[in-house]
Amino acid sequence: MFGRLSLDALPTELVTIGGALTMIGGACTIIIALTYFKKWGWLWKNWLTSQDPKKIGTMYIILSIVMLLRGAGDALMIRAQQAIASGNSGFLSSDTFQQVFSAHGTIMIFFVAMGLMFGIINLVLPLQLGTRDVAFPFLNSLSFWLFVAGFILINTSLVIGEFSTAGWLAYPPLSGLEYSPGVGVDYWIWALQLSGLGSLISGINFFVTIIKMRAPSMKLMDMPIFAWSVLGAMALVMAVFPILTVTLALLSLDRLMGMHFFTSTHGGNPMMYINLIWAWGHPEVYILVLPAFGIYSEIVATFSKKKLFGYKSMVWAIMSITILSFLVWLHHFFTMGGGANVNAFFGIMTMVIAIPTGVKVFNWLFTMFRGRISFTSPMIWFLGFITTFTIGGMTGVLLAVPAIDFQVHNSLFLVAHFHNMIIGGVVFGYMAGLTYWFPKFTGFKLHEGLGKLAAWLWITGFVTAFGPLYVLGLMGATRRLDHYDASLGWQWLFIVAAFGLLMILSGVATQILQLAYSIYRRKQLVDTTGGDPWDGRTLEWATASPPPHYNFAVIPEASGIDSFWAQKQSKKKAKKLKLEPIVMPKNTGAGIIIAGFSFVMSFALIWHIWWLAIIGFVGAIITLITHLTNDDHEYVISPLELKREEAKAGREGLYL
Amino acid sequence: MSKKILTVLAILIPLSIVAGLIIYGAKLQPAILVPSGEIARRQYEILRFAFWLSMIVIIPVFGLLIFISLRYRASKKAKYTPDWAHNNQLEAVWWGIPIVIILILSIITWRTSHTLDPYKPLDKATRPLEVQVVSLQWKWLFIYPEQNIATINYLKIPKDTPINLKITSDAPMNSFWIPKLAGQIYTMNGMSTKLHIIANEYGDFEGYSANISGEGFADMKFLVNSSSPEQFESWANVTRYQDNFLSLDRYKLLSQPSTIEEPEYFSGFQPGLYNTIIEKYMPMYPNQNRSHHQMESY
Repeated sequence: MFGRLSLDALPTELVTIGGALTMIGGACTIIIALTYFKKWGWLWKNWLTSQDPKKIGTMYIILSIVMLLRGAGDALMIRAQQAIASGNSGFLSSDTFQQVFSAHGTIMIFFVAMGLMFGIINLVLPLQLGTRDVAFPFLNSLSFWLFVAGFILINTSLVIGEFSTAGWLAYPPLSGLEYSPGVGVDYWIWALQLSGLGSLISGINFFVTIIKMRAPSMKLMDMPIFAWSVLGAMALVMAVFPILTVTLALLSLDRLMGMHFFTSTHGGNPMMYINLIWAWGHPEVYILVLPAFGIYSEIVATFSKKKLFGYKSMVWAIMSITILSFLVWLHHFFTMGGGANVNAFFGIMTMVIAIPTGVKVFNWLFTMFRGRISFTSPMIWFLGFITTFTIGGMTGVLLAVPAIDFQVHNSLFLVAHFHNMIIGGVVFGYMAGLTYWFPKFTGFKLHEGLGKLAAWLWITGFVTAFGPLYVLGLMGATRRLDHYDASLGWQWLFIVAAFGLLMILSGVATQILQLAYSIYRRKQLVDTTGGDPWDGRTLEWATASPPPHYNFAVIPEASGIDSFWAQKQSKKKAKKLKLEPIVMPKNTGAGIIIAGFSFVMSFALIWHIWWLAIIGFVGAIITLITHLTNDDHEYVISPLELKREEAKAGREGLYL
Repeated sequence: MSKKILTVLAILIPLSIVAGLIIYGAKLQPAILVPSGEIARRQYEILRFAFWLSMIVIIPVFGLLIFISLRYRASKKAKYTPDWAHNNQLEAVWWGIPIVIILILSIITWRTSHTLDPYKPLDKATRPLEVQVVSLQWKWLFIYPEQNIATINYLKIPKDTPINLKITSDAPMNSFWIPKLAGQIYTMNGMSTKLHIIANEYGDFEGYSANISGEGFADMKFLVNSSSPEQFESWANVTRYQDNFLSLDRYKLLSQPSTIEEPEYFSGFQPGLYNTIIEKYMPMYPNQNRSHHQMESY
């Protein structure tokens, strides 16, 4: 009846029991609070069924921050274990330790970085393009809820069963049935499968939004650089996420049906998995970092009060990175014995990416040159980014030379390198973006002093945490060790690294404090400029803060790059605009219901509860068909209602 | 504290952490930077060269960052050109210089990928020693076909002699790595990869698995001992006359998941053991051309 599921699935080790209790406690608190304050109806009407990208974006960001805390908890356990386990077995069993680092990588990439990225894109992109919505509002809510289903699934593994011990990319044969018969790898597969499907749908959605939904007057070469970077990233999503879906599907066929795509025997080939997963995995890194590049470009121009230097260069650089990122994946397995010609080709292609990336760095620097730079907290993040990312780029070029890679591959040197790129490049960018756009969506700024302190703690903590890992890697420390010999003399470096992590965590705590304090002091921090607190350049600053749910009462005119800045400079009195009726999508619960059924199906497949899996699958399909056959998806806002809404933000004077 | 002091402190603290790490790190003599064999030494030389070459870009970036940040602060009221956003000469410089650097590095990459190809035998007058390596669940088996001995977690080699390693796995994928002597190569079921190494110094070196392979992965380490050819011969002879034979049954026991503390030595082994281990993973149809599936095609 219940497949593999029995009471044995509950955790037994102290650490895992703690994790399970945290999850159950958190879920119970939320449920009790919602019931006590009678907020279920409000939540359903205003949030869970919403098609508004601003609300979906907000929910993405909230969940990503929750996951950031879990991923940080995992990081703390990894660092603590390695700081202690010099010549002893530490406080975690090797099985738990391996679950922890597998969860850390999976969570940070799929549920923190991807979540923050889609959150920020949802919030900012439609506004920047001068449009009211994304191309496919329902698909947007569906992909968010699939992300949530993956999120719940990966957290369920803490309470019921276990998580994968095979690392964040689960190489077979270790992740195959023979060496990992438990449910851990299945949890990994289905959490990724659901959220990956969501990412693919989002990729299509935002790509079409950029191509088809821009304000009619906005040419492609007038788009803000952030929109360009999203275009590149979404093109990559569409191209590579199907590879991930298929690879995971083949691995689950191996595990569920006893097939032999990636087994060592019966003609299966684990090398094909490694090839496929990196054909997705390397472009994935650029999917994450391109939008961050876009964010930095917006921030540098705004806070230098100067046009972005070399707009065309930037566009070319983004597009060449997009294309080149398809041609480098093999550098993740130079050591598999591919041969000198193959290795040399992919090594060189990898280094070639450093060229457009370097160009972007110089363009940012020359945007600041002869500007009027104000060092607000987003700029502090940017400075942290330039320094750490440049170092990461340098170590990346070293890793790209196969002869060098043979020595540092899979060592802590590599671990330090990619954290340089993902933290220094991606996370700093998203933190800068969140600080920068926060007043747009709330109407008040985040506290600057705490913001600067948080950024400084992150940057300094980062150097302290990952500097030692470079040294350890050069000493021969491989990644993922749950203990090591005391005679190797590694312990002090691990202790310093753990101290660095504590600094990063205090940075995170400062950010939470900053958010709480800013909400508390929102009256003092209120944005008095009517929606343009930083003297911005692009269209998102042309509307009220927070923007009305329809974004713009009248679709704005975009003339050239930085059109809002040009408008402000021209000092011509704006003509009064005529309001017209607008069409908006209605709320629908279809997204959350389909994702709910998908969750049930995945959970059932993990535990081999076949009848439940069928119910989940059929339920999802029927809900989808029901929603698609219903034509009543839109409603109209009349000019009268628009005028009333605009009057609330004191903007009724702008209209006829 | 004034704002100025705070800013200076904010910059000085991370800088001193970096400086401290570099000084402390150099004192530790990291294995990769202080190699003991020719291959590792050449790999290190490329690392050093590429590092300094990249400084041609890194140093100007940091210099410009500091200069521009100080000079064009809003409070400084320095020259301000809000619409200056394009300059062909300047952009040509920072497209051009990285292109030249990457071009140089590409040539080096192409050459060294071939000269330092791990599959390429070393060109030395001394007759090479052949060793077969098998990664097991969580230990390393070394087979010396010429000496007719085998060891667990212990690789003794003669100094200045090329060692031809053939590597396979009877476990999840591992990576065979001796940082002091040469870069790593993956070990995989049903396949034989190759690595060519040489030790140019006497001494003990650490060997690791660099790829996660299950619960006992952290204990998958071995000791490499480089000694004089005479010492190596006499060690091989002594080992050969112990009474500890690695039969197929004994091997099956050994390949069960476990970790071991002390190395083990075998006075002989089942003939053709290495190939038997590889063939275990071959497709079921014995009539097919087997060599087709082996990665022997260098």
